[in-house]
Amino acid sequence: MAHTIRIRKGLDIRLKGAASGAISTIALGERIAVHPSDYAGLTPKMFVNAGDVVQCGDVLFYDKNHPEVKYVSPVAGTVQEPVRGAKRRILSVEVIVATGADAAGGNRSIPQLDGSASAEAVRAAMLEGGLWPMLRQRPFDVVPEPDCIVRDIFVSGFDSAPLAPSAAQQLEGRLDAFQKGIDFLRVCAPKDRNVQLGVSAGDDTFNDVQGVDLTVFNGPHPAGNVGVHIHHVAPVNAGETVWTIAMQDVANLGDSLSSGTYVNRRVVALTGSRAQTALLSCTAGTLIGDLTAGRVESVGTRVISGNALTGVQRDGKDALGAFHHQITCIPEGEDPQFFLTKGWMGPGFDKFSASRTFPTWLMPKSASFDLNTNLNGEERAFVMSGQYEAVFPFDIYPVHLVKSIIVGDLDRMEQLGIYEVAPEDFALCEYVCTSKIATQKTVREGLDTMRTELG
Amino acid sequence: MKALHNFIETRVKPHFTEGGKLSRLYVVYDGLETFLFTPGETTNSGTHIRDGIDLKRTMITVVMALVPALLFGTWNIGHQYYLSLAEGGVTVADPWSAMFLAKMTVGALKILPLIVVSYGVGLAVEFIFAASRGHGIHEGFLVSGMLIPLIMPVDIPLWMVALATVFAVIVAKEVFGGTGMNILNVALTARAFLFFSYPKQMSGEIWVAEVASSKAGGLLVDGTTGATALGELANTVGQPIADSATQTIMGLFADGGAYDLMSSLVGTIPGSIGETSAIAIGMGALILIWTGIGNWRIITSFLLGGLVMGWIFNLMDLNAYMGLPPLHQIALGGFLFGAVFMATDPVTATQTRKGMWIYGFLAGLLSIMIRVFNPAYPEGVMMAILFMNVMAPTIDHYVVQANINSRAKRK
Repeated sequence: MAHTIRIRKGLDIRLKGAASGAISTIALGERIAVHPSDYAGLTPKMFVNAGDVVQCGDVLFYDKNHPEVKYVSPVAGTVQEPVRGAKRRILSVEVIVATGADAAGGNRSIPQLDGSASAEAVRAAMLEGGLWPMLRQRPFDVVPEPDCIVRDIFVSGFDSAPLAPSAAQQLEGRLDAFQKGIDFLRVCAPKDRNVQLGVSAGDDTFNDVQGVDLTVFNGPHPAGNVGVHIHHVAPVNAGETVWTIAMQDVANLGDSLSSGTYVNRRVVALTGSRAQTALLSCTAGTLIGDLTAGRVESVGTRVISGNALTGVQRDGKDALGAFHHQITCIPEGEDPQFFLTKGWMGPGFDKFSASRTFPTWLMPKSASFDLNTNLNGEERAFVMSGQYEAVFPFDIYPVHLVKSIIVGDLDRMEQLGIYEVAPEDFALCEYVCTSKIATQKTVREGLDTMRTELG
Repeated sequence: MKALHNFIETRVKPHFTEGGKLSRLYVVYDGLETFLFTPGETTNSGTHIRDGIDLKRTMITVVMALVPALLFGTWNIGHQYYLSLAEGGVTVADPWSAMFLAKMTVGALKILPLIVVSYGVGLAVEFIFAASRGHGIHEGFLVSGMLIPLIMPVDIPLWMVALATVFAVIVAKEVFGGTGMNILNVALTARAFLFFSYPKQMSGEIWVAEVASSKAGGLLVDGTTGATALGELANTVGQPIADSATQTIMGLFADGGAYDLMSSLVGTIPGSIGETSAIAIGMGALILIWTGIGNWRIITSFLLGGLVMGWIFNLMDLNAYMGLPPLHQIALGGFLFGAVFMATDPVTATQTRKGMWIYGFLAGLLSIMIRVFNPAYPEGVMMAILFMNVMAPTIDHYVVQANINSRAKRK
């Protein structure tokens, strides 16, 4: 029996609009896009020019600091002029999808491996095949450096975020590919180390997976965050590096390396009260517009790539985020709230709160809420204590860590455990914060500062 | 409500914005507008949804938790007044409903001016600071403004309340940067200010609403002196237990006495307005703990600290004061009020869970210790909490340092 860890701190935000049912496949649209901003800390350098014809798996751009780390096109087609923002930063690289005869046979070959491949071979193939950016590392929550020594590889077998698709939905029909991916990853891990897989209590999706150390996690969100798994199984110390990879990317890795072609498919849950919920299967880089076409109320809706806690706001021309398997559509909350009816002295039957100052905590667990994007207050100095701690299942003092980041005290950040956290781990802290402090942004800045300073 | 909002936006706001006649008062306008309407501001980074709670709702929850103590305090002012007057046949044994309206009226006439002065003066200071520094008006004073009257003696002159409020808001809060930045509890600072500046009025001697005029002949009777329980007890320190005066005083605390355990818990004894009734304070504590606004760890450890100190004194039994049973000890004075409403102030308390236990326990312990060891400070709770406010960052420092050390050792 696998080791079970009970997570007591956390909060399940019961949003309206979970997706269920059969998975329908979304055909490729007219174009796809890749956003360098999906990869924290990446400085992209274009490899192709506008008008170049690329195959699926051909390099679009690479990491300026580590040219070996390549970012590839998930489809065959014609490269467009990159969309640039302030200071000519590349916001997105678009590819017009090839159709008809051009599309067929448009796959670049990448190294094909079998089960006996060495760690060097797997690493080289991942770098060469554009699969490396599927990995992320702790510390810093960035794509790992190509030559990094990995201590452990962690895969989270469930996403506990609001409305996230289940493991069974995400990996439907792809468990073989998942197993292959695990086998390749295991080779990269130090000798005698299995891949660490954290699964949800009562989920039997992964029962037959070999070569993993299974840990069962039981509790509210963020129990599914890989950072929580790492912290409770084998925390990251200064100088150590741990890889993390999403379960669908494990399957993509398995399919790609075993077939010799770049595969990056994804099951996406279209969720939220403003969407006709659905489970969709698509190619990475598919535009949000293609995924939501005809399924989302267009006026007054915020479309989020990812979940409502950690996702990014995207419009139809943007692509699904590189690490996202969910689109959340919730109402914008731009209306002022009169204090006696909707605002701070109102009864608040529609407000979901970690505190029990709203009657909603008396409602049955099955009740779900249609939350909007209103800040529900104004930003203030830290006043309440113990709020972050109640939803932060780490042996770390979150407020002290955030304050050390705000004042830019590097030693203190390190001492207080910044190596173990990613912005997503602070998402609930940000949600519950009475003072409406932007915690995730602060933590991201702290991680970036730390990474720059350490060189 | 849309119409009201539109009216404010189009007709009122222009006067306060750049170029308007009242643009210097923009923060005041902004404070009032955000009081009426939570802005339609949406999330723009990080989480897209936010908890319904904000600082205003937090503060109003605390104010609601204070309402039982406030109502009881109002009644008790009237009750004590009629008792001291020995008029209309009011006795301790009367049911609570006897002369209810009359008592409430007397109480309300006493307490409403205090509340008005406290809020009026405090908010005025806040507004001035906000306007001069250009930051928004923060909600901290919503609670402080209610706490200040509740920890005042009934007969405190209004100008003293005003002065203390000004002192507390400026010195305890605004100089540190406003709500969320202060080191000392604002309401307790107000009280400490009066305690040291005007000891005569705060000494614990005259706590019963003064009798304005006696009915017979309109003679002015100058204040019926009714010592508080702690004032009485302070007189026993240094006296032999067997002393007859001491025995008389201790008789007040025996069953059936004016300050027996039952009266102390129900609160029908003289004292600061909000502090006397354990039951009313307990109701407030339930609201605070239930909603998660007040920290149960601090309240629990504070009570524990007081009980432990009371128990140790009880074992030593060197004087009559020490001999008081621990439960009776913590039921008297401002101990419970301090535990529930003062020590739990999240800004001035410790912020780590372990720290909260230490902080609460020590504050409770010191409250009883100061009270018994130093009869000049009958209200040890105030001193103890203020002292622990100052120590709180140090406690947190060591708790966090322990966490850092354990992480360093993990390698």
